[in-house]
Amino acid sequence: MDDVVPAGEGALFAFQAVSVGDPSAPILSAVTATVPATGITVVAGPSGAGKTTLLRLCNRLEVPSAGRVLLRGRDVATLDVLALRRRVGMVFQQPVLFGGTVRDNLRVAAPAADDATYARALELAALDAAMLDRDAAGLSGGEAQRACLARTLVTQPEVLLLDEPTSSLDAGPRRIFETAARSLADRGVPVLWVTHDEEQLRRLADFLLMLARGTVVSSGAAATVEGQPRGG
Amino acid sequence: MAGDVNAAGVVASLTLVAVAVAVSRWRGLRLERAIVVAAVRALGQLLVVGVALTLVLDPDRPLVWSWLWVAGMTAFAADIVRRRAPEVPGVLPLALLAFAAAAVVTLGAIFGLGVFPVEGRTVVPLAGMMVGNSMNATVVAARRLVEELRDRRAEVEARLALGQPSGTAARPYLARTLRTALTPQVETTKAVGLVFLPGAMTGLILAGVDPLDAVLVQAVVMFLVLGSTATATTVVALGLVRRLFTPDHRLVPLLRPAEG
Repeated sequence: MDDVVPAGEGALFAFQAVSVGDPSAPILSAVTATVPATGITVVAGPSGAGKTTLLRLCNRLEVPSAGRVLLRGRDVATLDVLALRRRVGMVFQQPVLFGGTVRDNLRVAAPAADDATYARALELAALDAAMLDRDAAGLSGGEAQRACLARTLVTQPEVLLLDEPTSSLDAGPRRIFETAARSLADRGVPVLWVTHDEEQLRRLADFLLMLARGTVVSSGAAATVEGQPRGG
Repeated sequence: MAGDVNAAGVVASLTLVAVAVAVSRWRGLRLERAIVVAAVRALGQLLVVGVALTLVLDPDRPLVWSWLWVAGMTAFAADIVRRRAPEVPGVLPLALLAFAAAAVVTLGAIFGLGVFPVEGRTVVPLAGMMVGNSMNATVVAARRLVEELRDRRAEVEARLALGQPSGTAARPYLARTLRTALTPQVETTKAVGLVFLPGAMTGLILAGVDPLDAVLVQAVVMFLVLGSTATATTVVALGLVRRLFTPDHRLVPLLRPAEG
């Protein structure tokens, strides 16, 4: 299977022979792959395949034991890590909100921003601006995860990493979150979405990166990857 | 001033150890042996310390012996912290640093401001109060911070993923830790005199010192302990934050303490 884009120029992320973990039991083993700079790239594979680790390499919450990860052609290890993490936003599997109101949460990400900026981030995450004064602890699961998305968006990231963000949500809130992510991708914010849900993969993937046991088993435009037709 | 307790008095007080042993036997606690060993050991240690202190605190002996005693005490205390907080990485050098900082701050203030004269008979007991009383809080601070960061890893990583530096990301957990470690000492300070009569004051009164003089000494000791506890816990917690995050702002893997 060919890479979607050649490594280096044009690719959003390029993984070059990336390994993570003890060589005797690696989490990722010499992974070479690229992620395009547009649309939604779904990272799929069974549990324990190394999907989350691959995602965490992109914002340096994880570091490779061998190989390099490039962001737009530059080794992420050479970039200022704090600036990198603001460029590469991440939403985790379980919604994690800090104490206080939704506004307090957004303020953690962007202390100097005003309410209009916060409201805009909420809107992009399919939440109403009136949510700003809500106690974060009182939000439903779907609202909480979208508040996490808004908190990430308020730093104006140029790419989004979503680590199974809807795995704990019911069908309704899951669809709302997916629509919000699709809309962000259409506005030019590429998304890396980890999932093990095949239906979700079909709904969302423009590009696909399939992992198994720490290696890439297939990658490419979703419509072309064997056995993974793009659903409507 | 001469103490009123002679050897016969000490032997008589052992009947109280017998009470503890009796309670253990009556309720099937199986602590009899441990109680006897603890009592004998305490008595032995105190006698050795008494003899050694008599030598060290001799007014004709150079003050350097007193400071060496303090250094030894600090090293012992740091080792106790290490044994009581085995799951905390690198806690021994941090505890040493914490007690050293607490000594500099508190003894520096007490002697620098002329509250007590710098003599063997003041340096050793004050340093003992300082180290002994801040040891528990230091253990609590070290263990609690590791526990907070380990159990709230998801929250901490969410903060890091937003671009917060590790010091900022750890701040809420650091504050909670220090509050937990310091609160007992603050409560003790509040209740002193009303609920209990603390050791230094009790000892002075038993030794025949005027209660008002004893109270003034106790007040200084309480403030010394409060200051040293605050200093030692802050140093150990700030040092741990540096130890528990990598230079590129990742939280290191943290183990749970072994069971039992």
